[in-house]
Amino acid sequence: MAARNWIFAVAVAVAVFLSLSTFSSAQDLQIVNAERRIDLSSHIVKAFLTLKVENIGKDPAADMLLAFPPTQIKNLAMVQALAVMGKKKKKTYLPLDVKPTEQPDAPNDAGYFLVSFATPLGPGETVTLEVLYILTHSLEPFPVEITQSESQLVYYHDSAVVLSPYHVKQQTTFFKTPSTRVESFTSVEPANRAGKEIKYGPYEDRAPYSYAPVIVHFENNSPFAVVEELVREIEISHWGSLQITENYRLTHGGARHKGVFSRVEYQSRRSITGSSSFNALLAVLPPRVNSVYYRDDIGNISTSHLRTGFKKSELEFEPRYPLFGGWRATFVIGYRVPLEDYLFEAPDGRRYLNFTFGCPLVETIVNKLTLKVVLPEGSKDPSAVLPFTVNQDLQVKYSYLDIVGRTVVVLQKDNVVPTHNVPFQVYYTFKPIYMLAEPLMLVSAFFFVFVTSLAYVHIDLNIVKK
Amino acid sequence: MAAVESLPPGTPSAMRNAFGTVLSALILVLIGVLAFSIRLFSVIKYESVIHEFDPYFNYRVTQFLSKNGIYEFWNWFDDRTWYPLGRVIGGTVYPGLTLTAGTIWWVLNAINIPLSVETVCVFTAPVFSAFASWATYLLTKEVKGSGAGLAAAALLAMVPSYISRSVAGSYDNEAVAIFALIFTFYLYIKTLNTGSLFYATLNAIAYFYMVCSWGGYTFIINLIPMHVLLCIVTGRYSPRLYIAYAPLVVLGTLLAALVPVVGFNAVLTSEHFASFLVFIIIHVVALVYYIKGILTPKMFKVAVTLVVSIGLVVCLIVVAVLVALVASSPTGGWSGRSLSLLDPTYASKYIPIIASVSEHQPPTWPSYFMDINVLAFLVPAGIIACFSPLSDASSFVVLYIVMSVYFSGVMVRLMLVLAPAACIMSGIALSQAFDVFTGSIKYQLSSKSKDDAEDNTSTKNAPKDDASSGKADKGEEVAKERLSKKGKKKEREPAEKPSVKSKIVKKKALVLPLEASIVALLLLIMLGAFYVIHCVWAAAEAYSAPSIVLTSQSHDGLHVFDDFRESYAWLSHNTDVDDKVASWWDYGYQTTAMANRTVIVDNNTWNNTHIATVGTAMSSPEKAAWEIFNSLDVKYVLVVFGGVIGYPSDDINKFLWMVRIGGGEFPHIKEADYLRDGQYRIDSEATPTMLNCLMYKLCYYRFVETDGKGYDRVRRTEIGKKHFKLTHFEEVFTSHHWMVRIYKLKPQKNRIRGRVKKLKQKTTSGVSSKSVKKNPWM
Repeated sequence: MAARNWIFAVAVAVAVFLSLSTFSSAQDLQIVNAERRIDLSSHIVKAFLTLKVENIGKDPAADMLLAFPPTQIKNLAMVQALAVMGKKKKKTYLPLDVKPTEQPDAPNDAGYFLVSFATPLGPGETVTLEVLYILTHSLEPFPVEITQSESQLVYYHDSAVVLSPYHVKQQTTFFKTPSTRVESFTSVEPANRAGKEIKYGPYEDRAPYSYAPVIVHFENNSPFAVVEELVREIEISHWGSLQITENYRLTHGGARHKGVFSRVEYQSRRSITGSSSFNALLAVLPPRVNSVYYRDDIGNISTSHLRTGFKKSELEFEPRYPLFGGWRATFVIGYRVPLEDYLFEAPDGRRYLNFTFGCPLVETIVNKLTLKVVLPEGSKDPSAVLPFTVNQDLQVKYSYLDIVGRTVVVLQKDNVVPTHNVPFQVYYTFKPIYMLAEPLMLVSAFFFVFVTSLAYVHIDLNIVKK
Repeated sequence: MAAVESLPPGTPSAMRNAFGTVLSALILVLIGVLAFSIRLFSVIKYESVIHEFDPYFNYRVTQFLSKNGIYEFWNWFDDRTWYPLGRVIGGTVYPGLTLTAGTIWWVLNAINIPLSVETVCVFTAPVFSAFASWATYLLTKEVKGSGAGLAAAALLAMVPSYISRSVAGSYDNEAVAIFALIFTFYLYIKTLNTGSLFYATLNAIAYFYMVCSWGGYTFIINLIPMHVLLCIVTGRYSPRLYIAYAPLVVLGTLLAALVPVVGFNAVLTSEHFASFLVFIIIHVVALVYYIKGILTPKMFKVAVTLVVSIGLVVCLIVVAVLVALVASSPTGGWSGRSLSLLDPTYASKYIPIIASVSEHQPPTWPSYFMDINVLAFLVPAGIIACFSPLSDASSFVVLYIVMSVYFSGVMVRLMLVLAPAACIMSGIALSQAFDVFTGSIKYQLSSKSKDDAEDNTSTKNAPKDDASSGKADKGEEVAKERLSKKGKKKEREPAEKPSVKSKIVKKKALVLPLEASIVALLLLIMLGAFYVIHCVWAAAEAYSAPSIVLTSQSHDGLHVFDDFRESYAWLSHNTDVDDKVASWWDYGYQTTAMANRTVIVDNNTWNNTHIATVGTAMSSPEKAAWEIFNSLDVKYVLVVFGGVIGYPSDDINKFLWMVRIGGGEFPHIKEADYLRDGQYRIDSEATPTMLNCLMYKLCYYRFVETDGKGYDRVRRTEIGKKHFKLTHFEEVFTSHHWMVRIYKLKPQKNRIRGRVKKLKQKTTSGVSSKSVKKNPWM
């Protein structure tokens, strides 16, 4: 915590400093070598950026900027940076610093992320950074509508050169496509294609904010599973279990299906038809999961299969019907896990839930994730700890026989990708005596009923004595 | 306090009474649990889901009620169904069931038990069956004492006929109506026995609840007057009878008129006239008795002649007016269903839509055995027991069973009304039989032990035990012998005869031999055991299937056919909210409830012409059908097809009804055109009209590509026309096992030049249809 706060303070200070005297700071660094590998094999675009940064100024630099074009910044789900230290890799997670909007040198509303070094970079020193950033909704289907038998072609827009506020001495960019079928790609010499890989570069000595737009048009039939909205509710019961209920609104985010859906073609010629559709989904659930159900508004869905394991459980399931482009489906997955695996007591006496954020479905984008942690009745002072920023809110929920209601910690985040499936904690205080409230209530209610019936039997309400 | 004072002398009996009360309360609770749990097979074997067709409508109404409140519910105009007519749900639905479930849901949520509306709906029927068995206990207790009451309650808790309509998920009017029916009868009998106005008022309220719940309330309002008339005719008139009947008619009719769906029908239709007639009669009779009380016998005779002559004239005039009024209405003031009750052939002659529903057919003999099982044999014994001695209450029960036997013989659905009566009768029979047998065993044993005691006074208890155990063993042996020799026939005889005799001769003379009574007891227990086994089997195997999800057991495991929900889910997620879906009316309720799409016709078959229009479209060739559907703004057509997996109740098998109903309104559809020499067939021998009609085409479109031959597994034949194309429809969805196929109407083609005039006409009509689309109720 302390370290994070410190870093945050530094980042803010640097940001303020930068906004005062941006130019000098930006010009002090240069990128000696940049290599970018963009993986286009699924609908989640993953870019691995290796930067070798050198401080050519006189003052030590505490941080550097990553720039993104405005088209990407809104689809950017996550940016992670690792500083490569020496031979062995040492990971240092750096805080995301959203847009310290710099006025003069931000052409076309480019967005920035500020990367703080673990130790300030002295003059003449170099550091190698591994940056991973993930883009969602960046593959644009073209043609926009396809029939059942066509396969799905998409556009990917990017720049052949890395957008950077620094001078880049040498750089290369690789695009990895899911299949060898590439309709076209913009040529920025030197550029060539080999198998599933398109290589742009190497380019030498590019000035800050160089941009060379490229379009790659290729076939991508991977399942474009997009969860438009996911509401996960984690209900903590101190009687021994954690009940998780997940409400999905799933859609196929690829090229829209047009015209006929023929079941006979779908069933008999599966390999050719419906290649862009998907039917099976996989959810990775915690180990020791039990009471799993999979249903929707109108009842149970019978097409699912659960494999439990020591490390994780896998729920293979199919929506009621195969999903073609633009088709939607809603469903609910619910399960129960033992409490002792996820609820712990902190040294200061508070309890905390340690659970995984994100969406259990593999290779899916969640446009809007709402995670509700329902604390037991009588809990106080809830606080959530997450490695990234989310919208937080508190609600009250009334469940079985509640009187004061249960506190619900609501965490809300847009644009969630599988990389967000990291542990988070919710701390709260709870007195075990509250567990007895409901049983006592029931006991007293029954007691009252019997006492009343006892009284009724013995009371003579007749006005006239018989 | 009085009880405490009188305790010392009668302590053992008071204790025994208290013990008996607690024991019967415990037994009743267990019966309730039994009634509830035997109906959970559907949840355990399948899932907690609403069943079949009508329950889906009720579920949807309940959802609306719980979401929008009671006032919105009364004013609910549903524009999702019967497009473009719509339906006034609040005024055309029996609200009892939905209000009940809505109230339960509201109460549960008020005390923070967050059950969903669906869960409440699923479990309403089992809960009310427990109530119904308790009501049966009360009713039978009023007739023949609490022993018979307990037996009847236990029998009703598991009678298959009632289970068939009240398994968990079968969320239909009958679920609560049977409880209301029995409870109303109980309160009537209670009033009759006590003469208390309090119970009479309760009776009217219970009747009101029944009116709210089910159209079958007319059974009550005809049965009770009949009984009153019976009592008067047999000289059993008493002030208690007056108290029991007069308030019921006045209050009950007023309350019934409050229910929107009944309204003025409560005084205008013929179903209710019997009650008013008897109301007049009972007043005349009451007056006569009153006058008889205050006049001397001589004066009374004079008065009688006077009153009878005047009264007759008045009655005649009233009756004449009524008859004239009734005769002026086309159906004689009777609704179609009621008429088909009086004249079983009425429906098949005039209303194909009533005849087309399988539950409106007369039942077969096996269905009696299936639905009430051994009760059918016990009922005669019960009737005889009711005559010894005949009281007002027991005469009512006899009348009840006689009437319900008749009605169940007309319409298989009304077997449900017979079931409680049969249970009451059988309960009485069983209880009387047990009384006689155990009484005579007790008597024999005590007389024996007296003899023993006289013989050797030194050992009092030991020989008694020996004797009884020895006898028991003997009895068992005898039982075995009897069984092997004479089989089931013997079972009944001992049950009947003694029960008859018991009441006539009473304790004194009727003492059966010890062996005979033990054997008879054992046989009775076996009969009961057989009944229990049958009921559990019926509940588990026959009546639990929700029918929206089918399962089949084959050598490689369980197969689930969930095609209906697959396609409803597809419709609800992948079509526009305001799209109209046309299908045969069977699937209307499900489509509105599960897919939330507007339908043209549904299971509430209130508009025959509209259904006939859909039937005509289905029976027409493609082009004509397209025009009909397009004029109705239909975007999707849904057909159910079982040919791939062999699901027999599909649209091809229902198709002749569509033709008949369509032909009833639109004479260009002729049933004969679809039949080859009077036979309905879809193979190469089928008529061209059949092979070109829309239903055939939509069901069998590209069917031949599944197996290369086009072999229909339901009709067990190859289809007649295998390769054809659709010009005005396109397939948009077919479920996994092909059970549901959904087609979209292709948009109109662009017009060619030179037909400008037509184009103009079309565009204007297009505009008008658009305005219709916005305001379907205008």
